[in-house]
Amino acid sequence: MTALVVQGLTKSYGGVQALRGVSFSVSTGELVAIIGPNGAGKTTCFNLLNGQLAPDAGDITLDGRSLVGRAPRDIWRLGVGRTFQITATFGSMSVRENVQMALVSRERRLYAPFAAFPRLYAAEADALLERVGMLEQAARPCALLAYGDLKRVELAIALANRPRLLLMDEPTAGMASEERGALIALARALAKTDGIAVLFTEHDMEIVFGHADRVLVLHAGELIAVGAPEVVRVDARVQELYLGAP
Amino acid sequence: MSGSALLLQFLNGLAGANSLFLVAAGLSLIFGVSRIVNFAHGSLYMLGMYVAVWLAPATGFWAAVLLAALIVAATGALVEIGVLRRLYQAPELLQLLATFALVLIVRDFALWAWGPQDMLGPRAPGFGDAVFIAGAAFPRYDLLLIALGPLVFVLLHALLTRTRWGTLVRAATEDREMAAALGVNQRWLFTGIFGLGALLAGAGGALAVPREPASLAVDLAAISDAFVVVVVGGLGSVPGAFLAALVIGEVKAFCIGYGYSEITLAVEFIVMAVVLVLRPWGLLGKPLPAPRGAAAVEPPLGRIDRKAALALACLAALLAGLPLAGDEYTLVLATDILVFALFAVSLHFIMGPGGLASFGHAAYLGLGAYGAALLLLRAHAPTEAALALAPLLALGGAALCGWFAVRLAGVYLAMLTLAFAQIVWSIAFQWDSVTGGSNGLIGVWPAPWLASKSAYYYLALLVCGIGIALLWRALGAPLGYTLRAGRDAPLRADAIGIDVRRVQWIGFAIAGTFAGIAGALYAFSKGSISPETLSVPRSVDALVMVLLGGVQTLTGPAWGAVLFVWLQDELAREVEYWRAAIGAVVLALVLVFPRGLAGYLKERFAR
Repeated sequence: MTALVVQGLTKSYGGVQALRGVSFSVSTGELVAIIGPNGAGKTTCFNLLNGQLAPDAGDITLDGRSLVGRAPRDIWRLGVGRTFQITATFGSMSVRENVQMALVSRERRLYAPFAAFPRLYAAEADALLERVGMLEQAARPCALLAYGDLKRVELAIALANRPRLLLMDEPTAGMASEERGALIALARALAKTDGIAVLFTEHDMEIVFGHADRVLVLHAGELIAVGAPEVVRVDARVQELYLGAP
Repeated sequence: MSGSALLLQFLNGLAGANSLFLVAAGLSLIFGVSRIVNFAHGSLYMLGMYVAVWLAPATGFWAAVLLAALIVAATGALVEIGVLRRLYQAPELLQLLATFALVLIVRDFALWAWGPQDMLGPRAPGFGDAVFIAGAAFPRYDLLLIALGPLVFVLLHALLTRTRWGTLVRAATEDREMAAALGVNQRWLFTGIFGLGALLAGAGGALAVPREPASLAVDLAAISDAFVVVVVGGLGSVPGAFLAALVIGEVKAFCIGYGYSEITLAVEFIVMAVVLVLRPWGLLGKPLPAPRGAAAVEPPLGRIDRKAALALACLAALLAGLPLAGDEYTLVLATDILVFALFAVSLHFIMGPGGLASFGHAAYLGLGAYGAALLLLRAHAPTEAALALAPLLALGGAALCGWFAVRLAGVYLAMLTLAFAQIVWSIAFQWDSVTGGSNGLIGVWPAPWLASKSAYYYLALLVCGIGIALLWRALGAPLGYTLRAGRDAPLRADAIGIDVRRVQWIGFAIAGTFAGIAGALYAFSKGSISPETLSVPRSVDALVMVLLGGVQTLTGPAWGAVLFVWLQDELAREVEYWRAAIGAVVLALVLVFPRGLAGYLKERFAR
């Protein structure tokens, strides 16, 4: 079942066209990687998808509902979870409280003035942390975590709203190589069991070709190849882009 | 208004724009290079005025202007070397606070040196008479000022664009780290730019002497005007300061010309607010480059566990027994302490977890106080109703200012909240028929059942106790956590469904309301109120209380208030210049304990 449909997405900054007419779709339970050299438009694409930027043209729909023109917070409520390229967690809170924050937001109790926050949805937060393997560190302040662990916490936060679409911007950047495979395998398992469409950007080709169901290749704002890893691997234009002209 | 009168008002505006420009350009230059908003810049302007008036009889007017500018420039350079140089790496809030401490010190210095009376200066020789323009008299001296503004602008522009030193200044404004990496000697550059900025402010003050008397209130008036100008023009931009000074100068001239001098500040605020919403970095400014390196991570906020709750309950029981042991003086002081503890805790609510450091929190204390007094005296409401309804006025003010404030950050936020407070102050100060003007309102006494000091103390204990408990409770509830989420990582907060501006606005309004409750209690405890209640130094008192206790602690600000009010009481009895003493305490605090006393003790004994 198709979850995300992107059609003719276009965005320029001043005179620079960051994305030109990009179209693709992601299905439920599918793990799709976006690759391309630096400046190809990967992060721009992500920022358009979760509403941090507004597109100049094109449409984005999730389960048939358009996401264009909505604020990130509203897009999140429609079922889009996101992890950031540079991890962003609430440094003054513990790991558990970070996840609780997302749960409190899901339940629309953000402005409750009297309820004791530490007791709200603590069990559900722990269950999410267990899924990403962070339960043992639940009480630690987020500010003290190792980088790879922060990425897992971000994943747990993103899962709190039972997302339909999960956006992961360079989820393994800054991690040790054995950790990388584990994180993507985790994301893959979550996608399959919960029926989440996962879109991620990645520089590590081993991860991309080892775990993605499909690969999108962006170059200078244009989509130059789409398909299964083994198809994209032998695509002439991709070979030229990464290996130089034959 | 006739055509010639219109022309005269216009010229009047141009003349006024001159001193606005001189002060604002200095402020802007200093900010551009050092990233410090110098709150004491208005004090340097005031110093320029006093020195010129003081020297003129001995040296003549023109030599006095020159000497005043040079003396103020030297003062500015010394301040940079002695104080600010140690603070370039400190958090923004502490920098602002340190420069504010200088305001207090300079004001008391002027009081000591020249006394409390306004001092009229001489006229400029050769420019004392009037010329006739379109059939109306216009001071010749003002024509000189009109010519002087553009001249200074051109000179300053040449200095910045045609000299090597100017190139370095512009490089440092553009990218401080890069300039340092290229081997620019930052120390002398910073001292030099402070000296230049102070020179401009001192000259501005000295040149204003023939137009207005030197007085002790000039410093805050000048700095809030300068804030409006640099915000409208764009921080760090000299042409922006020039353009904005013209705009604001004209706005002031026409407001006064049409007989609405009371609303001048309000109109200025509206101009500033509109510019901030449309172009947050000012007419000719550029968005500030984000500082490199990771943002500071705030430590977690403490919680009241079982043990702490028990200790607080014991404290409450102890406080309830105070009227049995203490005399009237002690009870009055204890009531003050309770009121200001609530005030400090309300500021901490939005400043610590919310990350919005308001430099005008006394505005809401004052709105609550004036609200209570007006309800009692003008609407003849009973005490209970006045106490209950007055905080709504503070809520209204906080909601208005907060709507703009949550769209800003850092120094812009500080300037906006300060300017708002200054406007509320000037309304209270100038609206004689309603607020009693500078005398304030007297006869604000509570109902007979609250008339005794002990009864009123119990009321304050009950209301402030509940108020503080509610605010602390809210910080441990989703509301407080949501505020912290917005401060810690706004992008992440937005990506999990949090409307950061909205929660900050709510937090700002709540903080203002509780400050208003404190204000209403304060009015009835004193029996009278004056504009002093909501003056800017009062706002800074609150900041000091919070910092004294530690911004990122839960109960610290309440202890900070206890210590501050007690200290102030002691100082005010023993020391004549207690404001300066407080300034000195603040400076010491900022330089020695940047994390606050509670924060320092926690760090010290945590390991």
